[in-house]
Amino acid sequence: MMSFLQMGGYAAYVWPAYGITLLVLVLNVWSARRSHRRKLDRARLSDGREDASKQPTVRRL
Amino acid sequence: MKLPRWFHRFGSPPWVYGLAGALGPWIGGIAIVLIAAGTFGGLVLAPPDYLQGDSFRIIYIHVPSAYVSMMAYVILAVAAAIGFIWRLKLAHAAAVSIAPIGASFTFLALATGAIWGKPTWGTFWQWTDPRIMFELLLLFLYLGYMALRAAFEDRDKADRVSAILGVVGVVNVPIIHYSVIWWNSLHQGPTISRLDGPTITTDMLVPLLVMILGFTFFFFWLLLSRLQGEIVEREQATRWLRELVEESPG
Repeated sequence: MMSFLQMGGYAAYVWPAYGITLLVLVLNVWSARRSHRRKLDRARLSDGREDASKQPTVRRL
Repeated sequence: MKLPRWFHRFGSPPWVYGLAGALGPWIGGIAIVLIAAGTFGGLVLAPPDYLQGDSFRIIYIHVPSAYVSMMAYVILAVAAAIGFIWRLKLAHAAAVSIAPIGASFTFLALATGAIWGKPTWGTFWQWTDPRIMFELLLLFLYLGYMALRAAFEDRDKADRVSAILGVVGVVNVPIIHYSVIWWNSLHQGPTISRLDGPTITTDMLVPLLVMILGFTFFFFWLLLSRLQGEIVEREQATRWLRELVEESPG
């Protein structure tokens, strides 16, 4: 077990690399879910009316 | 061009929203299982490299994140092009959803590469390595795409203008891929996608392929989740969404 953790002397590189990967993956899931939930909340509060400035405009030909 | 009838459903926001919600947990589950298995294979089962020792194990996260960073950009560009040409809002929504995910995997590829570079090349960073520079450019393309969108009040205009940047930027992807063949640099040449077959032993290769597949599933899981949010934002004035948010009190 100890030799596994030491990674043949490369522990200072291998573990931080895996740590940052885990962090980025977890943050991605958290951020995607939070964004979905927030947009649902905003839709619930907006009462069906969308901000007029964000509506697509119709251009007359 | 004649499209099969089922294809038209992909233009329907409620249908795609429901499909994303139904598929998401399965794709996420498969991703987690594959990544767990690949990590075990890469850290425990694969033998140490005869030259790099155990430091080579960073390959199992570096290569998959670099792969996803490039694949994601290609999908972003295709989605942006479809949105631009056929004015399909869902395609724009997909492109928007990809940008932050792609940026995060590009950052991950650069960060794990830097960590791996220190014991292997003797340096964290090399400004003259073409592959590092074009991968850095990829990060700027993702961030530029997001910044450009943020500059427009009107979503329709943001969709169309950012789509042009998205499509043009895709030329960077083959440059990253072929950079190790075109230029002699710190990065090694291809070891997997070779005409004469991979030059990496099977017990090292299998965990790598499992990880690449796992990261790909993970990317699509994130994409579906973000796409759902993007659909909600774009559809908040529609009746089906009103019904959806009223059914599910927050």
